[in-house]
Amino acid sequence: MITLIKRRGSYYFLAVSLATLYLYSQSANITTSVFSIAVTFAMPLALAAMVGIMCERTGIVNIGIEGTLLLSSFVAFYVAIAAKSILIGFVAAMATGVAMSLLLALMSVTWKMDQIIAGTILNILATGLTSFFYIQGNMLPSMFKQKPIPGLSNLPFFGDVLFKHGLLMYLGFVVIITLYYGLFHTPWGLRTRAVGEHPSSADTAGVSVSRMRYVNVAVAGAIGGLCGSYLVLELVGSWNRGFTAGKGFTALALMIFGRWNPMGALAAAMFFGLAQAGANQLMINGTVNIPPQFVGILPYVMTIIVLAISAGKVRPPAAEGQPYEKGQS
Amino acid sequence: MSALLEITGISKQYPGVLANDNISLTVSAGEVVALLGENGAGKSTLLKAVFGLVKPDTGEIKIGGEPIIFGDTAGIIARGVGMVHQHFQLVPVMTVAENIILGDEPKSGLFINMKAARAEIIALSKRYGLEVDPDAVIEDLPVGMQQRVEILKALRKDVKLLILDEPTAVLTPQEIDELLGVIRNLANSGVGIVLITHKLHEVMAVADRVVVLRGGKLIGTTSPKETDEAGLAQMMVGRSVVLQVNRTEAKRGGVVLEVKGLQVRDDRKILSVKGVDLSLHKGEILGIAGVEGNGQREFVEAICGMRHREAGEVIINGVATKDMHPHGAHEAGISHIPEDREKHGLVSSYSIADNLILNQFDQEPFAKGWIRNLGEISKNAISMVEKFDIRTPSAFNTAGSLSGGNKQKVVVARELSEDLPVLIAAQPTRGVDVGSIEFIHNQLLSARDKGAAVLLVSAELDEILSLSDRIAVMSGGKIVAIVDSKGADRNYIGRLMAGLDK
Repeated sequence: MITLIKRRGSYYFLAVSLATLYLYSQSANITTSVFSIAVTFAMPLALAAMVGIMCERTGIVNIGIEGTLLLSSFVAFYVAIAAKSILIGFVAAMATGVAMSLLLALMSVTWKMDQIIAGTILNILATGLTSFFYIQGNMLPSMFKQKPIPGLSNLPFFGDVLFKHGLLMYLGFVVIITLYYGLFHTPWGLRTRAVGEHPSSADTAGVSVSRMRYVNVAVAGAIGGLCGSYLVLELVGSWNRGFTAGKGFTALALMIFGRWNPMGALAAAMFFGLAQAGANQLMINGTVNIPPQFVGILPYVMTIIVLAISAGKVRPPAAEGQPYEKGQS
Repeated sequence: MSALLEITGISKQYPGVLANDNISLTVSAGEVVALLGENGAGKSTLLKAVFGLVKPDTGEIKIGGEPIIFGDTAGIIARGVGMVHQHFQLVPVMTVAENIILGDEPKSGLFINMKAARAEIIALSKRYGLEVDPDAVIEDLPVGMQQRVEILKALRKDVKLLILDEPTAVLTPQEIDELLGVIRNLANSGVGIVLITHKLHEVMAVADRVVVLRGGKLIGTTSPKETDEAGLAQMMVGRSVVLQVNRTEAKRGGVVLEVKGLQVRDDRKILSVKGVDLSLHKGEILGIAGVEGNGQREFVEAICGMRHREAGEVIINGVATKDMHPHGAHEAGISHIPEDREKHGLVSSYSIADNLILNQFDQEPFAKGWIRNLGEISKNAISMVEKFDIRTPSAFNTAGSLSGGNKQKVVVARELSEDLPVLIAAQPTRGVDVGSIEFIHNQLLSARDKGAAVLLVSAELDEILSLSDRIAVMSGGKIVAIVDSKGADRNYIGRLMAGLDK
């Protein structure tokens, strides 16, 4: 099974690489700029998927990612304005993400509530709060600026695509890579996966199921805060109602498509980012002449198609969504 | 000898059941204490309390003189307590090594040192003579092998007290002998052992002391020197139990079920039933003996329409049944006591009453057209609970709340309620206490006497020998011999099961 995924993954990788190489040979500038934009589209989706992976690997279904992103991006924006510091805005957004997560953990771990309902509560809470307190016409004091990494940014193609971004983008890559190694190569990861697959095994091995779940869901919230900050403080620079536009739900699809693996989800997010950036480029070129709204739907349509194709073949963590009762096996 | 484990006055109340009623018990270093009792007698609850997994209402548990704290399983493990759980505590999608090191992983820097883990596990398995492959994934392993992993996991730390909760329920006779040997060696090296089991001959073979629980109470303490199997059985159920079944001569009729050239693949797509012909007559019990994993399970599932038949036919009263059609098999006249009662026998979250009519839920009197007749359903449930001695506070509790033996009684009650011409009973008394075993055996015999054709599949040779009229031995996916049970030679059958004689 794993070898099959790996083999399939490398086929995709090969196909994408070849296509890229061909396009690059046709027009180096356009290809580089499309990829560079694709990365900025992909990062928020990938980070939001990391929130889902952190939670579900530990056995908690989090459909409140959208709410977490919405509220933390909102907080990032207005705190940065009030404090006249985007750094303070960023920290406040992380704290908001953690707070949302702790609420989820309280409902689903301590109160053993239905986790779909708990996640829905987060979404409703975020929509309500942000709509109520939204004030038009504010401006950020500044944004996280592009900081090319010396040396690496001079690489052909990759330099522009990967190493000419802002601080939060780089932080995002660090988080994803750390999460990948953490999940599959450290004691913490082993315990997390055990808790998500078969919690009583972990419990009888002396691993506290509820502590693992609380900690992991909280860290997931912090990642959600990073994602919200990236969107508002580095990518867009403004905030309006419904700002996150369903990214938290798309992320759930990417998480499934990436088989609950951080690298898989990153690849899936890149795929979506490329689709969007490519479609934009086609419109700019005038190659296709369709209303921009249709291009705007493209990622969502692809979510549906991809999920329909991959559904049924995936295997989520066995214990997700189930509250753990001690002593029951 | 100092007391390793001291349990004083433990009580635990569950909704509707007093699982432990003021139980006191001590275990010393180097002794094997067998904890004996019917299903639901409170053994597992007591030992989970020792492991910090269940919080007792009253009483105190001391390990090595120090009281334990509820929930501090890691601390209890660190004090040298190992537990082999009845339901394996293994993560199915992870490897043997990952499962064994979980909770105390060897590290190099921040990362898990898998190389050290592998070396440690290989050394551990050599030391106890329990061979495992550290890189095998648990869900791909047979149960016997999973049990080994579970035991190695418990033995990994320097264990002073080892608790085994029904460790032999799923093992073959050879594996059981091996395990009992391991237990004896551990005890000789000074480990205190608590063993829960239903199998009386294991108790007689390995225990120094036997503690009997019944209905949550400690009934008495004895030793294999002072009593015999019949005596132990009597203590467990509070009355004398006939271990030998009184079986009258079969009144054998015509052929009811005929299997022709049946071939079936197992979950790994390997041909595991390799052409079986068998005919089952009215009014007889045909026992299928064999070491588990020789195709019995796939054979039964193919007959019952639960598994695809690669080739061959299953004919009931002259009519061929359809492949992969469990409902059709039932319509054709097969009732089935499945091997895995949790998975195929019951819907745990449904009430006992609903589970008792799962095979007839859409038929009169339990339903009229689209409407269920709840009055009839509960009337049926109450009478079944009474008749089959299902021990539960009420027929409307969930089936999942019952103990193993009582769950099985629900399945048996349901499957016998229709008086169908064919009864297939797969491992009908697995993990079931002595009192329930006797009861289920008598039910099978009375079904036979009423004219049913009974196919009994069991890994327990004694069960096959005492119930069957004819015995078919299955080995390597084939029926290697069919013998009359009258005067059947146990050793000969054992050799056939092992695939030695042809």
